[in-house]
Amino acid sequence: MSLILLIEQVLNGLQFGVMLFLMAAGLTLIFGVMGLINLAHGSLYMVGAFAAAAVAGWTGSFILALIAALAAAAAAGALVELLVIRRLYDRDHLDQVLATFALILIFSEGTRWLFGSFPLFLDVPAALAGPVMLPGGILYPLYRLVIIGVGLLVAAGLFLLIAKTRIGVQIRAGEADREMIAALGVDISKLYTLVFALGAALAGLAGALVGAIQSVQVGMGEPVLILAFVVIVIGGIGSIKGALVGSLLVGLTDTLGGVLLPPLFASFMQASSANSVGSAVASMSIYILMVGVLLFKPSGLFGGT
Amino acid sequence: MARETLLNIVLFLMLPVTAGIALLLDEPFIITLVTKAAILALAGVGLNIALGLGGLVSFGHAAFFGLGGYAMGILASHAQSYTPLMETPFLIEGTKSMLVIWGAALVTAALAALAIGALSLRTTGVYFIMITLAFGQMLYYFAISWPAYGGEDGLSIYIRNDFPGLNTLDPIQFFAIAFGVLAIALFGASRIAKAPFGLALFAARQNAERVETVGLTPFRLRLVAFVISGAVTGLAGALFADLNRFVSPTMFSWHTSGEIMVFVILGGVGRLFGPVAGAALFILLEHVLGGISDFWQVYLGILLLLVVLFARGGLIGTLAGREVAHD
Repeated sequence: MSLILLIEQVLNGLQFGVMLFLMAAGLTLIFGVMGLINLAHGSLYMVGAFAAAAVAGWTGSFILALIAALAAAAAAGALVELLVIRRLYDRDHLDQVLATFALILIFSEGTRWLFGSFPLFLDVPAALAGPVMLPGGILYPLYRLVIIGVGLLVAAGLFLLIAKTRIGVQIRAGEADREMIAALGVDISKLYTLVFALGAALAGLAGALVGAIQSVQVGMGEPVLILAFVVIVIGGIGSIKGALVGSLLVGLTDTLGGVLLPPLFASFMQASSANSVGSAVASMSIYILMVGVLLFKPSGLFGGT
Repeated sequence: MARETLLNIVLFLMLPVTAGIALLLDEPFIITLVTKAAILALAGVGLNIALGLGGLVSFGHAAFFGLGGYAMGILASHAQSYTPLMETPFLIEGTKSMLVIWGAALVTAALAALAIGALSLRTTGVYFIMITLAFGQMLYYFAISWPAYGGEDGLSIYIRNDFPGLNTLDPIQFFAIAFGVLAIALFGASRIAKAPFGLALFAARQNAERVETVGLTPFRLRLVAFVISGAVTGLAGALFADLNRFVSPTMFSWHTSGEIMVFVILGGVGRLFGPVAGAALFILLEHVLGGISDFWQVYLGILLLLVVLFARGGLIGTLAGREVAHD
């Protein structure tokens, strides 16, 4: 295994982790503030990707596509919150899981209805296409580097939003004690809609950015959703810092596991079976990581009680 | 309570009566649908022991459903290719005997539930939901990337397995087997709910501290419930694989977990016959709405949403009133 390949894979892992963070940040905020498990978060990711692909198809502009993705996902999120989600806040988790599972069915099949079953394609914008030379002679796709950059910027922005702004204070207060901040005169239902739309917009952004690397299709949000759950469970539900650490851990474990485990098994097994055992273990590696974390810290790395 | 008993009798008879009418009308496809409903109901009965009685929201029961399916697929595929499953340290041959396969499915699913439960039950609430989901996904990805038994493509079994004295390829006889198993599971579940174990489990759900102070261990109660629950769902998986003569990683997918949960909720959580009502309704909707539109799951989603938001007792709760089913 050459060093260059390893660095490339680390960058891939970072890129994957940063995308997971955009998903996980929304999930963990929504859980932290409203106490809601939102399975339909993956559908908002899909809405973002489809909106981006459709707008890029009409206008040819990637910037407009990104704006459309943010707007469509935020609007879908706000709409769903107003119609359905707000009835679920004081229900138990089982009801939340089922109602948002129902939303997935509606979103997925509805999108299939509108766009058909064939995947759409979203092209990487010309200015960002092609590789870039990194120090050390590593050629790496520019677009993926940009994704890493965008993701880190969004993460920094989110930390600032939560630490420094009035909305951020209200969000943190909402996590601590919902009744109290309502009693202090904060319009809690507006705050909830806002937080939900913010989480949705982040998911939509992730969907649009990833849509240019993968194909845009129905059901694309579900694997990411489940990984984002793993991330927030590892990081501690409700913690943005946990979501960031968890995303990078999961992104790197998943990417490096797929590259490193098969050769590792080959060092003490026959090549043919090592390959299949290695890839089987690699595909389970993040779940093994999650179980490991929960054994030692049952409420995640940065979880509260 | 009397109304629910009456409703239960109607629900219980509904499956064989429908199958009987389909037999008279010579509609084998309908019999297969009813068989599917009975098997899915069995999976729901399994989940309901953990979910309805123990309050354990497992989002990973597809793991047990899939393991049961693969227990059948692996044993039958070895029998079909006349190769032993394992030669060292001792010889294990494949088999086409349904009873042996059921045993294997029960034991595999129970052992998996023991391991998964022992780890997952250390957590509660959302963490429990997510960790069970993660275990289900773990097995899903394992099944996809393990090439020995078909990987992503799954495994086809050409001939349905044997049951002593019956021709399992005849739809009505296979229905009778599935229905018989369902009836036994329902009887077992009703006994568990009334037995000291079930009462203690239900109490642990309501107030774990009090249960602990009378000298019981909630963790152990929940673990036993989880194992029984997983084993029953595993048995359903073996039957489901036999019905389709096909197993694939889809059985492990989280959609399967969600659907099993949907049967329980559509019917009514914690109601003995909830899964039967839910699975029958699901199959009916799939068949009727699926005939109208390719996108029938949109309607299923809307219906499910309405049930969760407005009809919280599910089908049985709506028809039989809102008393709790335990007394």
